[in-house]
Amino acid sequence: FMQRGLDSQTIKQLEEEEKKIISEEHWYLDVPDLKEKESCIIEERSFLRCEDLVYGRMSFKGFNPEIEKLMIQMNSKCKEEKIEEDDKMEADVSDEEMARRYETLVGTIGKKFLRKRDQRVLKDDDEDEDDEVEEGNSNTRPSKRAKKMFLKPQD
Amino acid sequence: APQGRLLCGPGLRRSRAGLLVTKCGLLRHRPGGGGAYWVDSQQKRYVPVKGDHVIGIVTAKAGDVFRLDVGGSEPASLSYLAFEGATKRNRPNVQVGDLIYGQFVVANKDMEPEMVCIDSSGKSSGMGIIGQDGFLFKVSLGLIRKLLAPKCEIIQELSQLYPFEMVLGMNGRIWVKAKTVQQTLIIVNILEACEYMTAEQRKQALAKLSGN
Repeated sequence: FMQRGLDSQTIKQLEEEEKKIISEEHWYLDVPDLKEKESCIIEERSFLRCEDLVYGRMSFKGFNPEIEKLMIQMNSKCKEEKIEEDDKMEADVSDEEMARRYETLVGTIGKKFLRKRDQRVLKDDDEDEDDEVEEGNSNTRPSKRAKKMFLKPQD
Repeated sequence: APQGRLLCGPGLRRSRAGLLVTKCGLLRHRPGGGGAYWVDSQQKRYVPVKGDHVIGIVTAKAGDVFRLDVGGSEPASLSYLAFEGATKRNRPNVQVGDLIYGQFVVANKDMEPEMVCIDSSGKSSGMGIIGQDGFLFKVSLGLIRKLLAPKCEIIQELSQLYPFEMVLGMNGRIWVKAKTVQQTLIIVNILEACEYMTAEQRKQALAKLSGN
């Protein structure tokens, strides 16, 4: 069969021979590799990294309020961990209360976006449950109902 | 320091066989964060170190760069762009003789020290030109480190006396400003004398002052 190029095998053999020739020409040291000394010690020339030093700019008794704010900011960077813990503890509203409030909240805001007809239907339902909220509306309700229905003329 | 590595601080140097001590003083050890050892030595002459916050005095304006005297062997350089909100058009108003609180960005024995007045995020965070009035004086470096220790008694006691403002530079310079000249001088004298007074003597002196 027709062979235009060399076989893959012969190509590989030729490449290997080329590599051998090239690597034999390279010079290399006949010396064992030096072990890299892993330094376990870091040198440091500043005291700032060794000791826990406070920020150098200070103000007391409200002499310079901006610097007092800065003092709190800079010194709190060291105590970030403590602040995170406190946040979890100091929730003003407990989770249960939040859930209860949120339930009713969704209802009241949902009513805002209902159309007028749907609102009336809601009012009928709510009347049975809460009388408090719909006090004002209950007075108008009978009159509206009266308007709707046909009034028979009294004899 | 990364885990497993020991930090050897000022006064200690690494050599082939271990550590060499280069300064005289007390050896301190910090167990946290991989461990650190350093020598707590006392000296008056400051050597610029990268990352230190210092107070510098402007001695000259050379084009775009200010020359500051920080108490080291060479004057430090401070570029006018190294302030918060400074651009080529908007130059900071710095005159010869002004006091500047900044930190070192380059500080080794081969190069001239360079300072900046902004931190790595570009905010000034308290650095920059220190305002008018006030009093600048020099103390030893050991006292500065004592004053900067967290919960320093001297500072807590002083803060009960009068309202005042203070800037501590790691190069031994302290700038104090209080409402009247007398109060400022009282605070200066206490800070200078603190070095050689015991805690009791200091409390007595402060009691006298607060009584007056």
